[in-house]
Amino acid sequence: MDYVPHTPEDQKEMLKAIGVEDLEALFADIPAKYRLGRLLDLPAPLAEQEIWEHMSSLAARNRLPGATLTGAGAYRHYIPAVVSHVVGRSEFYTAYTPYQAEISQGILQAIYEYQTMIARLTGTQVANASMYDGATAMAEAAVLSAKSLGRSRLLVARSVHPEYRKVIGTYAWANGYACAEIPFGATGQIERDALRGLLDDRTAAVLVQSPNFFGVIEDIGPLADLAHRRGALLVAGFTDPTSLGILKAPGDSGADFVVGEGQGFGNPLHYGGPYLGILASTEAFMRKIPGRLVGATVDREGRRGYVLTLQTREQHIRREKATSNICSNEALCMLAAAVYLASLGKNLKRLAALNVWKANYLKEALAALPGWTPLFTGPVYNEFAMSCPDAKEANRRLERAGFIGGYDLSKDYPELGGGILLCATEMLRREDMDKAVALLT
Amino acid sequence: MELIFEKSRPGRTAGTIPASDVPETPLETLIGPDLLRDALNLPELAEVDIVRHYTRLARRNFGVDVGFYPLGSCTMKYNPKVNERVAALDGFTDLHPYAPEAFAQGNLQLLYELAGYLSEICGMADFTLQPAAGAHGELTGVMIIKKHFERKGQRRATILIPDTAHGTNPASVALCGFQVMTVRSDAEGGIDIRHLRELMTRDVAGLMLTNPNTLGLFERNIEEVAAIVHRKGGLLYCDGANANALVGVTRPGDLGFDIIQLNLHKTFSTPHGCGGPGSGPVGVKRHLVPFLPVPRVVKRGKRYRWSEDFPHSIGRVRAFYGNFNVLVKAYTYIRSLGAAGIRRVSENAVLNANYIKERLRGHYQLAYDRVCMHECVFTGERQLQESGVHTTDIAKRLLDYGFHPPTIYFPLIVREAIMIEPTETESKETLDQFCEAMISIAREARENPELVRSAPLTTPVRRLDDVLAARKPDVCWTLC
Repeated sequence: MDYVPHTPEDQKEMLKAIGVEDLEALFADIPAKYRLGRLLDLPAPLAEQEIWEHMSSLAARNRLPGATLTGAGAYRHYIPAVVSHVVGRSEFYTAYTPYQAEISQGILQAIYEYQTMIARLTGTQVANASMYDGATAMAEAAVLSAKSLGRSRLLVARSVHPEYRKVIGTYAWANGYACAEIPFGATGQIERDALRGLLDDRTAAVLVQSPNFFGVIEDIGPLADLAHRRGALLVAGFTDPTSLGILKAPGDSGADFVVGEGQGFGNPLHYGGPYLGILASTEAFMRKIPGRLVGATVDREGRRGYVLTLQTREQHIRREKATSNICSNEALCMLAAAVYLASLGKNLKRLAALNVWKANYLKEALAALPGWTPLFTGPVYNEFAMSCPDAKEANRRLERAGFIGGYDLSKDYPELGGGILLCATEMLRREDMDKAVALLT
Repeated sequence: MELIFEKSRPGRTAGTIPASDVPETPLETLIGPDLLRDALNLPELAEVDIVRHYTRLARRNFGVDVGFYPLGSCTMKYNPKVNERVAALDGFTDLHPYAPEAFAQGNLQLLYELAGYLSEICGMADFTLQPAAGAHGELTGVMIIKKHFERKGQRRATILIPDTAHGTNPASVALCGFQVMTVRSDAEGGIDIRHLRELMTRDVAGLMLTNPNTLGLFERNIEEVAAIVHRKGGLLYCDGANANALVGVTRPGDLGFDIIQLNLHKTFSTPHGCGGPGSGPVGVKRHLVPFLPVPRVVKRGKRYRWSEDFPHSIGRVRAFYGNFNVLVKAYTYIRSLGAAGIRRVSENAVLNANYIKERLRGHYQLAYDRVCMHECVFTGERQLQESGVHTTDIAKRLLDYGFHPPTIYFPLIVREAIMIEPTETESKETLDQFCEAMISIAREARENPELVRSAPLTTPVRRLDDVLAARKPDVCWTLC
């Protein structure tokens, strides 16, 4: 099946109006030897019912878990029905970037409201309309820090998500920046003395996460002070955005950029994407930050309205001098986050607290098992790292029972001598956790 | 209309949180008071008010499902509904990216096969599905170019880009530490071959070429262009933003391109979502496959798994694997259409663009009078000279006729540019109605230019003050 409405008669009439014999004549500019003289080698077309059956069987080849004990950058939260309802409105999902403001006030206002919600949650003055994901938001904040300061060294906490560190590494390599890692201590938090020693006059940015990859909450204030004392910027990331419901806003603690993965705000796991890169900053960077920004203004009759603004930062105006190359972003995921936050309102605090309680319950229950000990002493949000007798065997047992187990830390953190990262959101019932603990006993 | 914050009333809630089934230890004990926030300033509304708020916003938004959206270079084609239904299957939405491979065989198979389909469609050896958008794909492609020369031990500082290119091209190149040099277009809208020959030295890593270009014209000298670039050891990069003109008819790999990024939200009908999520897979010829981002899906027997075992890879360009749910829709689209359907896409996209070109040529001046591909570019010069009506006025007047305007003032080399891309999913009647509106506006511009200059008259707001927005930026609501 296809979605071309033309009948053979339509085509004939249109070709006649154009003044050519056949469709082939429209491709005369393509040298004949390059024209594909065959059909592409693809599976046969399917009718709608057939494609539905085919895709359903493909989806059924996946196995959905009874419970998911992994977070590690992607978090399973309950998504209120109102979120899916709003993002399912095709006035939103079939539109593009709001270049024509007069017929795009819907998404423009929604972006403006989202920017405001994120600025309030992060303690910043300006949030953009989204980046691709948490990793690229962090990498772009790093590149922008280096470019603004004319410095070429990045200090990345080893407790930042391993994949984020790799993405930062890729962006740094492409720009010729050097990266060094800041170690973590027994609490799971950054070793401040080590950071002090690593900071120098070439350092553009200190990149940290709180909660970090181990779920441990950092104290951003002293880290920002250390960075600022050497003229560097502090990029504060987070793993799960719902943690902002209870944690002190990083901007209020002195972070210059607050970046992270916004998936936890109303977006499904989707096997890793599309997600939502949150990027927020202080007023000082308003005219430099990457991505779309919406501003309030008035129309000819004095009515309030919204437009894409400060576009001289952007690639379509500034080309190679632009802040970033970003064009399409994750607007629909942003809309989901805005509706999610509107729906939860102040209940976000209660939701975040529930995450803390569940994680602490599971952590304590596991710590009672022989050979299971928390790897760090610092306070955690909804994830925690444990040393255990055999992480692979633990996961095998959980998987056999239909659970997705924890994240095996041995590959990324061999220095921990084996360990497992577990996550408990509000989706994990006490009976699931008890069952998991029983399986590991 | 009121902001959601203005509708907020203390004490109202929509989303409720389940009671805790585990002990509720005070957070001050578990985390410590210094790390906790005092206030949480989010709006408080009942669910009905949230739904009405966003429904009102939706009604103030124009999408492809609302009407014709001929936004040039953006390929705003119809987004099939079955794709949305398929992508909402629990099996695709609910799996964690770190689920064991045994849990994710369906997803892995889909990704593996999609990379294969895209390779066949483009004449490339393999594809990465990791980049999240077209510009992200460009960045990935340019990183592959950088890696290629790094492996050869060559330092090449420059990448060539035609003056018709999208702004993302030079911005992507700059984000990779390369210098940009601009290649001029010739009188026929193609690359100026003499200028290219002059610029193409052994210091140049490659040429980024959009084909067909943003004038909607196929690069007729593509064979010579490829030869010039390759003779100096450079790589030829195809910005596949305009692939809707080519699919099933010719293959960029056969044309001599070494790298291509596709925009699945354009050619492969995944919805644009008000500006994302998109997806920008990158395809390469065999000699560049080792540099593709990791991880990649590999197949052993009947099992699929992730592999990071590609030591020369540029690394990761994002977390996890790509915009998976967007990829599900593109896969569904390709399987629905099959080879014949895909060829019908480009044939009819090109037919529709040429039909509009012929219908409007007596009323607007063509930038280049040639057979066009998937889009046609006019200039509003005549209207400006005769009646002082700018292209932006014509675009705003189209809003009163119920159409989304074309792309305007791009490409930059055409003054007062009007770039129309109808796509293949529009019927002759829709195209005729649009052309009638354009012709009517051309008449209004002659007879009543003030009417056109004062448009739009029927939209929820009239023209907005961009200058005020930039001079006194208000990007965050600060009252209450």
